[in-house]
Amino acid sequence: MIFTIAHQELRRMFLSPLAWVILGVVQLILAFMFLSHLEYYQMIQSKLLAMQAEHGVTEVVVMPLLGNAGIVLLLVTPLISMRLITEERRNKTLALLLSAPVSMTEIVLGKYLGLLAFLGIIVLLILLMPLSLLAGGGLDWGLLASGTLGIVLLLAGFAATGLFMSTLTQHQTVAAVSTFGVLLLFWIFDWAGQGASGGVLAYLSLLNHYEPFLKGVFNTRDAVFHAVFIATFLVFSVRRLDMDRLGA
Amino acid sequence: MIGETLVHVEDVSKRYGGNPAVRHVSFSVRQGEVLGFLGPNGAGKTTTMQMLTGNLAPSEGRITVAGHDLLEDPRAAKAAIGYLPEQPPVYRELAVDEYLDYCAALNGVARKARVAAREAAKGKCGLGDVGRRLIGNLSKGYQQRVGIAQAIIHLPPVIVLDEPTAGLDPNQIREIRHLISALRADHSIILSTHILSEVQSTCDRVQIINKGELILTDTIAGLTQRMQSSVLTLAFRRRPDTSALAAIAGVNSVEPEDDDRLRVYFDPASDPTEALVRLAVQQNLGLYELAPHRASLEDIFVKLTAHESAAETRSVAP
Repeated sequence: MIFTIAHQELRRMFLSPLAWVILGVVQLILAFMFLSHLEYYQMIQSKLLAMQAEHGVTEVVVMPLLGNAGIVLLLVTPLISMRLITEERRNKTLALLLSAPVSMTEIVLGKYLGLLAFLGIIVLLILLMPLSLLAGGGLDWGLLASGTLGIVLLLAGFAATGLFMSTLTQHQTVAAVSTFGVLLLFWIFDWAGQGASGGVLAYLSLLNHYEPFLKGVFNTRDAVFHAVFIATFLVFSVRRLDMDRLGA
Repeated sequence: MIGETLVHVEDVSKRYGGNPAVRHVSFSVRQGEVLGFLGPNGAGKTTTMQMLTGNLAPSEGRITVAGHDLLEDPRAAKAAIGYLPEQPPVYRELAVDEYLDYCAALNGVARKARVAAREAAKGKCGLGDVGRRLIGNLSKGYQQRVGIAQAIIHLPPVIVLDEPTAGLDPNQIREIRHLISALRADHSIILSTHILSEVQSTCDRVQIINKGELILTDTIAGLTQRMQSSVLTLAFRRRPDTSALAAIAGVNSVEPEDDDRLRVYFDPASDPTEALVRLAVQQNLGLYELAPHRASLEDIFVKLTAHESAAETRSVAP
């Protein structure tokens, strides 16, 4: 049942031009960044060789690309997630889900997986760029895998936040702006740059739990942070929709 | 035709904040029965429907559908119910077939049976030739039919229709009523409306709800009897002497209306219609209109609520 809802969600996303435009724009911007990084790498390649440094193309080109993708998608995810529940509420189609023999958790997970699938497509398209480098050389597969895992976890957190915000309001713009606000806040919590050793705020920073992945460091602490972040917002979403039903 | 009890509502109340929207409502629906829920806007019809279909949880009370408690076993209870809300819950950007397939899947129709279920529902609702059109491009009447198709696609024993004819033109209303009459063969139907004639033309039993309380539960025959009033409207070519009319046995009073018509109040025990017609012929008054005044929903409300408040004052009086 979850997959039925997720599949439908993904299909309906692609029926609106928004999804296509977002795919196109994100790809265009990231391609430009990718090419810039590549050009920079070509400029310093000879120096790196001369220094016998261990920095490869994956580290100099691909990881900064994923880092930038995180920021670009922080801007873009709210635009996709904003309509998840708000639109159903507005068009009064939520009754279809609520009166079907489906639990609230299934509804929330279905919607969430649908959004996640869309973000997965974006990640795949981004990964095509580094993979194109295989035509002229090798990649550091371990680093690439770590970075990919990092951005997938990051986006999963973005999606959960967006889903929750869309359960709060009837207005898509309100949902988008509040999602963006919350995500940006979590992004800049450690603006002072205390790093992982800092206090509570530093621990809450999404950035602090994303960067290790880009350096090829897989730490369970980071993975657990993302898992808790995602679960929290999903549970909030279920609770929030249940409260609607209680009509309190 | 009338069988076991399918829906059982026990002392259900719903409060929003402190405001009661529905107060201590109890009723039941048997298999093969069409129950009309009648009431003015804001009386609590939609709230009751939403509670029946699990869209809202009641503050108090118990609802069972086909033997399953809606709160304890919501999945089984909801599988036994099909719901058309006031506004059909359709995705405008989908084609009718796509939408109905999704609804079938949501309601747990097995993958292999979905096409058959969709085609059967479309056949019943007269959607045969619009399967590939986008729902957003269909007329309101057709969107309503898609909404009904969605409610019956998993062949639930109970269908709940919230104002199924609201916002439709007279032709469409007639078609939807036909459709409801056709559906009653296989399903129990609970229907809400604020139009009296709709209840009379489609339902077996009627419940009137006002300000969140059930004030009347009756059969259609009973309702019709209640609606028989003691007023006739007459129109004559030549104006008669009102005292002559008032002298007829059974007539209580005669009042002129604005447009030259006369309104005759009479004692229900002795219907003076025949005597009035005879008099009109004898005196050559040119009677061209004679209409029993039908009680409207408002009249019934006034009657019922007036009765209630009268009873209250009586009980309060020493």
